[in-house]
Amino acid sequence: MKNVFISSDNIITSLGFTTEENITKIKNNKTGIYNIEDKELSPSAFHASLINTDELNSKFNSINSSNNFTRFEKLSILSIKDALSKTTVDIKNKKTLFILSTTKGNIDLLEEKNKMIFGENRLYLSNTAKLIHEYFGSPNQPVVISNACISGVLAIIIGSRLIRSGQFENVVITGTDIVSKFVVSGFISFQSLSSGPCRPFDVSRDGLSLGEGCGTIILTSNKNYLSRQTEVIVGGGFSSNDANHISGPSRTGEGLLLAINKTIEDTESDYSKNIDYISAHGTATPYNDEMESVAITRAGLNEVPVNSFKGYWGHTLGAAGIIESIDGIYSLRNDFLFKTAGFSEIGVTNKINVIDKHEERQINNCLKIASGFGGCNAGVIFHKL
Amino acid sequence: MSEQLIISNYCKIADNTVSLNGKLIFKCDIEKKFPEFIKEAYKNFQINYPKFFKMDSLSKLGFLTAEMIIKKENPVGNFKNEDVSIIITNSSSSLDTDIEYSKTINDADNYFPSPSVFVYTLPNIMIGEICIKNKINGENTFFISEKFDIDFLYKYVSNIFETNKTQCCIFGRVELMGEKYESVLYLVKKAKDCINTNESVIFEPENIKKLYIS
Repeated sequence: MKNVFISSDNIITSLGFTTEENITKIKNNKTGIYNIEDKELSPSAFHASLINTDELNSKFNSINSSNNFTRFEKLSILSIKDALSKTTVDIKNKKTLFILSTTKGNIDLLEEKNKMIFGENRLYLSNTAKLIHEYFGSPNQPVVISNACISGVLAIIIGSRLIRSGQFENVVITGTDIVSKFVVSGFISFQSLSSGPCRPFDVSRDGLSLGEGCGTIILTSNKNYLSRQTEVIVGGGFSSNDANHISGPSRTGEGLLLAINKTIEDTESDYSKNIDYISAHGTATPYNDEMESVAITRAGLNEVPVNSFKGYWGHTLGAAGIIESIDGIYSLRNDFLFKTAGFSEIGVTNKINVIDKHEERQINNCLKIASGFGGCNAGVIFHKL
Repeated sequence: MSEQLIISNYCKIADNTVSLNGKLIFKCDIEKKFPEFIKEAYKNFQINYPKFFKMDSLSKLGFLTAEMIIKKENPVGNFKNEDVSIIITNSSSSLDTDIEYSKTINDADNYFPSPSVFVYTLPNIMIGEICIKNKINGENTFFISEKFDIDFLYKYVSNIFETNKTQCCIFGRVELMGEKYESVLYLVKKAKDCINTNESVIFEPENIKKLYIS
């Protein structure tokens, strides 16, 4: 089977504008989640990780002086530009596809003040994707995936399938979501926001913290586009549905278990048998984390070190699967596991092995999982060559 | 050469009509708005599923389109639940419901966000509704593109069959925005799993297009 390599990546969150900046902050145990009092976003205070607007604008102005880009588009463009600067993969090549992963795109254009500036056209995700791909001169029609919180993992699965099937040689995948009044009010109405920075898998966890994020990952089958000492490839992947409830995860973990088992089945057995690290969804809602612990245990992986990155930069929705996969790939390349910020005492019924301190440890195979509204689940494996 | 795939049943809902495999099976006054039309169609086909009334318009449309096919041929039973997949696309995502939801938060004096509306502000909730009713556990993906990108999706669906990710796929486009709506879903499976191939159509871009515009 054709190998699908990771050629380059970028992460933008409140912790920084490059993968390296984010990793350095995480290593130093910094969290980007703070108490936010902003009437433009919510009548009541809430905890979230927000990207500094002045910094975003100043970074963006240094590459483009036009004012005609939304917050969502600026983040996506900056992220793609940084990822492209670290690879020889050409986004203008006919063999390169652009995939956008997002749950809500430019949803802030539903607010009158933004609608007046940018119009309503870019509320349509295909128009947003088109604008970004035209900015970079990408020749192929972009693909947009909007499948709740599994969008990012799904985009990596689909991107790697499109390379393996020979349709494309390279795929540039960007996942972005902003924190808007729309999303904040919705999660508050669900009573799923945390009272402080979120605490994945912890006994005192009480909800998720939202986060703004953007990530780009560039996949390729062409070894000429690789430049690192240690290369990582994408293994198998699978998405599934609980068929249980549209807004609550299944208590039995059945759907996620199916995604994990099928992901393992879809991956060459010499490394799928030896998963030595799991990057969980770990939103820190009572139900999600409980469900994940059940599925991980039922898959026989309860002793494998597992972490969640949500305590550093919150739940970044359509970006989460991308930026958390990039962290997992960093862990593979550097034999370094990150602790779960906000976690101190196990608070799920099934005693999974939550990483509670940064640790140097040799690892070769990482399983990334995600679950979302609509009962969807997904898994993907990354393997170090 | 990969195994031949066929479309065994397909359903189209547009212009206040429901057609199954090209035959008109229900229509109502064109003057009626979507909510009335879809309610009448639901009653006409005697689908006893009270959760239907809680769904947003987009989910109702996708759910009913899928239900027409499944009443004719239920893939669960013939295939393992995990081998049935759902791949749906549209242009407007859940924007119709997004706008409705935003009306509940835009006015500070009239701020009443509702979780039961918010949950439908994701297009893949429709896939979840179809899965829940029919116990479908396989792959699910929601793609967004301005037009029905038949060539891309044909290749993608063929690929998940070729690589054994699925044995049966409910595939198509479900679009709804304001007063405009249109849906078409196809049941795709391997020719060898089809007992009576007389009425079935080969799964290929020309046929997908032909059935879509007919």
